[in-house]
Amino acid sequence: MSSVSVTVAQAAQGVDMRTFLGATQIPGPVLTASGCAAAGRELDPFLDLAALGAVVTKSVQLRARSGRPTPRMAETQSGMLNSIGLQGPGIDVFLAEDLPWLADRGARAMVSIAGGAIEEYAELAARVRGAAGMVALEVNISCPNVESRGEVFACDPAAASAVLAAVRAVDPGVPIYAKLSPDVTDIVSIARACVEAGADGISAINTLLGLVIDLDTLRPMLAAVTGGLSGPAIRPVALRCVWQIHAAMPDVPILGMGGITTGADALQFILAGASAVSVGTAIFGDPNAPERIGHELAHALATKGFSRLSDAVGYAHREAGN
Amino acid sequence: MSNAWGITKAIDLAEARAQMTAMTSVALPPVPPVPPVPPVLDQQRPTPVPTSPVRQWSTPVQIQAPVVAVRTVGAYREFTLHAPGVSATAEPGQFVTLGVGGATSALLLRRAFALSGVDGEAVSIVVAAHRAGTRWILERRAGDVLDLIGPLGRPFPAPPPGGAALLVAGGYGAAPFVGLAQRLTASGHAVAAVLGAASADRLFAVRDLAALTQVLAVTTEDGSAGRTGRVTDVLTELLPGASIVYACGPMPMLQAVAVLAAGSGVACQVSVEESMACGIGVCMTCVLPVRDVDGTSRFVRSCVEGPVFDASTVGFEDIGRLPVDLHGAAAMRAGR
Repeated sequence: MSSVSVTVAQAAQGVDMRTFLGATQIPGPVLTASGCAAAGRELDPFLDLAALGAVVTKSVQLRARSGRPTPRMAETQSGMLNSIGLQGPGIDVFLAEDLPWLADRGARAMVSIAGGAIEEYAELAARVRGAAGMVALEVNISCPNVESRGEVFACDPAAASAVLAAVRAVDPGVPIYAKLSPDVTDIVSIARACVEAGADGISAINTLLGLVIDLDTLRPMLAAVTGGLSGPAIRPVALRCVWQIHAAMPDVPILGMGGITTGADALQFILAGASAVSVGTAIFGDPNAPERIGHELAHALATKGFSRLSDAVGYAHREAGN
Repeated sequence: MSNAWGITKAIDLAEARAQMTAMTSVALPPVPPVPPVPPVLDQQRPTPVPTSPVRQWSTPVQIQAPVVAVRTVGAYREFTLHAPGVSATAEPGQFVTLGVGGATSALLLRRAFALSGVDGEAVSIVVAAHRAGTRWILERRAGDVLDLIGPLGRPFPAPPPGGAALLVAGGYGAAPFVGLAQRLTASGHAVAAVLGAASADRLFAVRDLAALTQVLAVTTEDGSAGRTGRVTDVLTELLPGASIVYACGPMPMLQAVAVLAAGSGVACQVSVEESMACGIGVCMTCVLPVRDVDGTSRFVRSCVEGPVFDASTVGFEDIGRLPVDLHGAAAMRAGR
C-alpha cells in the first residue's frame, strides 16, 4: 500500500460519520432499505447490524398478508423488477418477535409502516409507539388507498398529507420520514405536503413502476404484470429527486436511496442533499453491502477532504466556482 | 445389462425390488433436530406464525472462493471451489449462491447451485447454461475467484431408521444426490436411484451413483441412454421397495413424483428450484405455497424454509396462484 493510500485510510478512520434521523443521532449514515432486509435477522451472519445507522424493516401492516403470486421478480440490466405485494406476518408478529430480536441485537430499527387507509397507518403508529429498539418511523405511502379507488397515497399531496398528519398525531415525538414514490409529476409538492403535515424527513425514492415481457411465453414476466424497478438503473432518477427536494427545502433531512451499490454512489446522494442513505437491492447481490458501503463512503469523504459527513450534505448545491 | 455408461449392475426391476426389500439397516442414522413449533403468542388470537426462519442448521458465510478445478460433464460443467468455511458444515441438499459478472456487473442478483460434492475444504457445483449469468460462470477457469455464500437452505432429512431410499433426479437435479447417497450408504440404508433427462448429455452423476446404489435406472426422453421415457415411467416399479423418496428436478417432475409417492404411501422429500434473487431469505421472491401442520397454506421461502420440502405439504397445483386457504390472502383481496 502506498503512503498516500495509508494516509487516506487513516483519514477515513477519522471521518465523523454521525448523522441524524430527525432529532435522533445515529452512528453512521448507511441504513438498509425497507423490503430488502426483511427484519434484519437474515443479514446477521453477514454484517454487524448494530453498527449500521439503522435497520429499516420491511413495511409492516395490521394484518398478515400473503403477498402476490409468483413469478414475483425479473432481473433487468442493472436492476430488478419486483412485485412481492408486501408479504408479511402483520404487526402482532412483528412486535412479538422481529422488533425484540433487533433490540436484543443492539440494532436500531426504523420501522416502515404501510396501510390501505389513513386509520390503518395511525393504528400501526400507535402499536409501535415506544417499542424498544424503534428509533424512527418510515411511512410507506406508495400503497393504494382502498377508500379512494386505489389511488396511491404518494401520488396525491392531500392524501399523503392526511396520512402523515394522522401518524404525527399518534406519536408527537418519534422521527417520522415519508417515503415517496418517484412516479409523480412534482415530487417536491408531495414532499412539502408531507413536511407541512408533520414529517421530520423524506425518504426518497421508492421503486419506479415497470414492466418486463417474457419472450418465451409472450406474456408479462410477473404474475402481477407490473412491478417496482430498483437497482443502479434508477440511481440517476433517485439522485434527481433528492436534489430537487433538498433545493426546495434545504433544512429537511433526506434519507436517500435508489441503486446505491458503492460508497461513491452513496457520496453522490450525500452531495445532492441526503443526510443518510439506504441500501436496498445491492443487498441481494452482496448481503454485506450496507457495511461495505459505509466504509467506502468514509474513504470517499476522506479522499475529497471532508472530515465530517455533515459538511458534505448538499455540498453539490453550492454556487459554481466555490 | 450394460449401457453406454458402462453400468453393469442389474437393472432388472423385479430383482431390484427384491434386493431393496431384502436390505436391512445395519446402523441407525443420526436424526436431525425436529423444527420447533412456533410459540403461541396469544391464546385469544389466531396464532400468527413468523416468516422469519428458525435455522437449525449451519450459519452461512460469504467468502471469495478460488476455482480449483473445472470438469465438463456432458452438457454441464462441474466447478470445484476452495471454500473451507462452507465445506466444514454443508449437508446434502444445501446450496450455495454465486455473484456473477464481477465488480462492474449489470447482473445484480446471485445464482443458486446445489452442492454436488464436498471434499475436504472444497465444494463442487454443477452449472448449466441458461442466460448471461450462468454463461459468465461457465467462462470461469481454475484460479478465478468467485463470491460465494453458503451453505444455505434446509438439507435432506434422514430417512426412517433402516428404510430404503429411492433417489429421483431430472437432469442436473442429480447433483445433491451423490453426497446424499454416500451418507445414506454409510449409515446402512439401501439406496436406489432413477436418473432421467431429455437426452444422455443431460444426465449427471450416473457413474458416481452407480457405485453408491443397489439399483440404478436411467431414462431419457430421446432414448439416447437407458430406457426411453421419463423417470415416472420407472418409478412405479421401484416405489414398493422404498420407505422414502428424495426428488430433485424441474417442478412438473417433482409434482408427478410426489403424486406417485403419495399414491404408494411412501414419504417424499422434494428439492425445489424456484427463482431467487438473494438466496438468504430477504427478498421474498422464491416463495411457494406450503401447508402447515394445521392445514393452512402459507407462502414460504424456498431459500430458507427449503429448498427441501416434504412433498405432501407443497401445493404444487397452487404455484402461481393465491389459493383460497392461503394465510394472508384475504388481505390481498381487500382491494390491494
